[in-house]
Amino acid sequence: MNITILLFGITTDLLKASSLSLSIEKNSSIKSLKKLLLDEYPQLSKINTYAIAVNESYASDETILNENDVVAIIPPVSGG
Amino acid sequence: MNDTFIKVTSEKLSLDECYQFVVDQACGGIAVFVGTVRNSTKNKEVTQLDFSTYKPMAIKEMQKIANTALEKFEVKKIAIHHAEGVLKIGDIPVIITVSAPHRKAAFDACQYAIDTLKKTVPIWKKEYFSDGEVWVNAHP
Repeated sequence: MNITILLFGITTDLLKASSLSLSIEKNSSIKSLKKLLLDEYPQLSKINTYAIAVNESYASDETILNENDVVAIIPPVSGG
Repeated sequence: MNDTFIKVTSEKLSLDECYQFVVDQACGGIAVFVGTVRNSTKNKEVTQLDFSTYKPMAIKEMQKIANTALEKFEVKKIAIHHAEGVLKIGDIPVIITVSAPHRKAAFDACQYAIDTLKKTVPIWKKEYFSDGEVWVNAHP
């Protein structure tokens, strides 16, 4: 299945985009998504850590992705 | 009756709006935190900040903080407002107001809210210097 991933903060600069499209097996976990992301976009290794949000909530590594999920890469936040 | 007031906006934040929202006759005090843009980072002069947000999620996370504050502390009302876009030195990126019957709970809830906001709310600031720019916290 194809998923769209929203980018924010430093990741928009690293990947020079505000979103990207990724083909991933059905029922993949966030853990495998992270691995796939790093394989396809090695620039992401420039940030130490990032979280993944699914449908506007923080997801754990075990969260399973479904078609039409809204996925976002959340680099370390710095609000306030 | 709504006891929380969450906002993410590119307009100038209003201290009065946040203050008036939490005013309550059952309360003996209101704690206020106002974040302001500082003119330097590690002795380097900052010229401006640019705040970008994942707005729908930021609002959800700020709402969670407000709800938790109401559960966790003996407080009555809470407002959390955050700005987005370019801010100059002295401008206000964040305002938190909390009313409570007694002051300790108001202070504690206010501190909890700003500390948690800085950890969980998807908002990012880019600092601009005379010789470049950097995403804050991106390289811990």
